[in-house]
Amino acid sequence: MTINLHAIDCDVHPTVPGMKALLPYLDDYWRDSVEERGIGSLESISYPPNSPLTARDEWRGTGGLAGTDVTQLSETVFGRFGSSLAICNCLYGVQLVFAEDMARAFTRALNDWIVKEWLDKDARLRASIVVPLQNIEYAVDEIERCASDRRFVQVLVLAMEEAPLGRRSNWPVYAAAERHGLPLGVHAGSAYRHPVTSLGWPSYYIEDYAAQAQGFQSQLTSLIAEGVFAKFPSLKVVLMESGVTWLPGFLWRFSKFWRGLRTEVPWVDRPPDEIVRDHVRLTVQPFDVPEDSEAAERAIEHLRSDDILLFASDYPHWQFDGDEAMPKAIPRALYRKILVDNPLATYPRLKEAVR
Amino acid sequence: MAKHVVAAVAEITPGGRKLVDVKGRPIVVFNLGGEFFALSNRCPHRGGSLCHGKLVGLVESSTPGEYRYSRRGEIIRCPWHSWEFDIRTGKSWCDPARLRIRHYPVSVEAGAQLVEGPYVAETFPVTVEDDYVVVEI
Amino acid sequence: MNIEARQPSRSSRTKPAIVDVDIHAKSSVEDLRPFLSNRWGDYLQTYGQRSRHGYAKGFPYPKGQPLASRRDSWPPDGGLPASNLDFMRHQHLDQYGITIGIMNPLSPTGQGDQNVEFGAAMCFAANEFQIEHWNRLEPRLRASVCVPYEDGELSRTEIRRRAGDQRFAHVLFMSRTSELLGKRRYWPIFEAAVEAGLPVGVHVFGYSGWAMTNSGWPSFYIEEMTEHSTSCQAMVTSLIMEGVFERWPELKIVLIEAGFAWLPALGWRLDNAWKKLKNEVPHLKKAPSEYIRQHFWVSTQPMEEPDDPEHVIDVMNWIGMDHILFASDYPHWDFDDPFLALPPKLTAEQRGMIYSGNAQALYGFA
Ligand code: FES
Repeated sequence: MTINLHAIDCDVHPTVPGMKALLPYLDDYWRDSVEERGIGSLESISYPPNSPLTARDEWRGTGGLAGTDVTQLSETVFGRFGSSLAICNCLYGVQLVFAEDMARAFTRALNDWIVKEWLDKDARLRASIVVPLQNIEYAVDEIERCASDRRFVQVLVLAMEEAPLGRRSNWPVYAAAERHGLPLGVHAGSAYRHPVTSLGWPSYYIEDYAAQAQGFQSQLTSLIAEGVFAKFPSLKVVLMESGVTWLPGFLWRFSKFWRGLRTEVPWVDRPPDEIVRDHVRLTVQPFDVPEDSEAAERAIEHLRSDDILLFASDYPHWQFDGDEAMPKAIPRALYRKILVDNPLATYPRLKEAVR
Repeated sequence: MAKHVVAAVAEITPGGRKLVDVKGRPIVVFNLGGEFFALSNRCPHRGGSLCHGKLVGLVESSTPGEYRYSRRGEIIRCPWHSWEFDIRTGKSWCDPARLRIRHYPVSVEAGAQLVEGPYVAETFPVTVEDDYVVVEI
Repeated sequence: MNIEARQPSRSSRTKPAIVDVDIHAKSSVEDLRPFLSNRWGDYLQTYGQRSRHGYAKGFPYPKGQPLASRRDSWPPDGGLPASNLDFMRHQHLDQYGITIGIMNPLSPTGQGDQNVEFGAAMCFAANEFQIEHWNRLEPRLRASVCVPYEDGELSRTEIRRRAGDQRFAHVLFMSRTSELLGKRRYWPIFEAAVEAGLPVGVHVFGYSGWAMTNSGWPSFYIEEMTEHSTSCQAMVTSLIMEGVFERWPELKIVLIEAGFAWLPALGWRLDNAWKKLKNEVPHLKKAPSEYIRQHFWVSTQPMEEPDDPEHVIDVMNWIGMDHILFASDYPHWDFDDPFLALPPKLTAEQRGMIYSGNAQALYGFA
């Protein structure tokens, strides 16, 4: 990219090569348990390791994994894509663990691993705090434990969890996030407590991946209907790797129903589309626009906001070829906002580095 | 603007309503605890007939989980898509600045005065003893 | 209440011909009784209908108003909305000059019942009732073939029974099936529909038994309403990815009451993912969005109402003006008024297509 801006890549993925990598970050009990019980890997079927989407071929290293090497990630994201900061969202499947205490142990290990193996090795990296929603107290504890490290800029949950994200039992997490100036990042992925569609389990991985966008729609509905933004007025939510073009149609539908059904949720005191424009941001890979450039332009217009998009490469997932990480459909005039201004406005902690 | 006698006061009891036709315009008259309000019967959204709507209260909330319920019977919900309108102002709840029901001046007049005019009550028998609801159009 | 005048009739306007593909002519459980055997009549009486949700009566998410119906749709005889033909004529068919209306019965029909044999008996009864009670008296009203869709073979039997009967317009599914619609268990139904030359209508609702979102159960009815588009996205995806349209190239799917603005974006998303994941679904011969363009029709209701009405016209163009069918959803609360619902900037020709031309072409209505 030739633009000489402090571009911020809001979604890159360091890959945990296996449970072995986390052993140094576990206490003796859990370290021995991992070995005794033969827990080799927590990789999720949201990203089958060998699926083409999971990693661009050229980025796969020995063993076929991509995103395991900080030098390669940095060279690609900062060198080839030209960003100056990047936010690491680690998708190792700790959210899938059923036992709460195990989830806590693994999640802590994961966050510590991110600090030592990534943040400490390249000053341009930032990260999200992975939280064990399996137990809300644990999740809050984890935010408190990590938040003092200013390189953590966001709290990370998955698009599909055990219960809709708006549910009030989750609110202590949002209170903690708001307190620390951390947006809530919702990333594609599932804890697999439910089938990835409300009509059961699909046959194909492509259906699972497509269904992520439905997860985001449901989560937005829940966050708004339950009143999360009424309760936490400075909370921002970032939808990552969600596709973008489903948003306008979704908002038309939701806002229309709101006019007739708002008495059920009286704290939602303005139209959902307005709430979304104030509180919700989306990363631009994948973008899911049509090939036809005129239609693409119209689809972007339907968003009716220049503030809601954040630049992201989604490295090492395969969303595009070459080094141009910005989706072609996005007009040049929006670059500065999407690359720099919007990320800075969304993540208060990033400003500390940019100064 | 002409005044039209549309009902005897006794006809529309508190909480009641009457749909009337004034110069071809459907108008619904509500009685809120003795006060009368005359509104166009056509919902400004897609034309639902408001006289068929349900009278409800106003629910507000300053925080999730709180339901502050007041003004029972002063809000009309359109029978179609259930949008709420304030009978006192005609304003919609969802978009008060842009979306409101047309409101007409209404008054209560004694039959004795009405008989003298200048009121339009062609189809409406007026007696001196009763009071009447009069809508100005 | 003091209601004396009726809404003025709009009969003075020149009325366009309108085919309304979604009218919910209602039956009661008692109405179906004459069409049930003693076995199933007694069963219905004793055990009742059991959907894949917990309530014996009523709905898991209480509606915004009784029976989700327009408050002005309760007929003067005290019956249920859309249960009285004269009143339906007065309030809807004649009021708007509906030339053909497709009845999509929602309940009681036995569709989606946990007991599929009972479901089959109920579907048969619901189909008989549509003919005997409605179509025979009002030929403008066409019937749907209700099928016990959780069982392919029983459904096939019901479709074959109705095949060739012009009074039936399409085979009817509820959208929330217990498995994704492209799965093999539903294939006999598609096969039979194609054999009978009938489109397949999929109307939102029903209960899959799974959580209503892929992240669990929401709390509110407003969420349930919004979620219909997500379950339909999964359903469309499944039909495409399972190769259903490669197997039955003549199969036509009509999405009813699902809204439609989500459909183009779904196509773009599927195309984008498919480019990378083609080798997982080698049975697809073209891009997913092309299957959508070719095999899916949408009904207009509930009409999308963005602040800028041009946006909805964009979406209609992306779907294809020739695949959009007018639907009112009479007598339900989110009813669309035939005269007022469509975006004002559509051309007369486009209106004509949506009101009737497209439906006539799809259903072969004369
Ligand atoms: S017509 Fe009154 S709310 Fe839609």
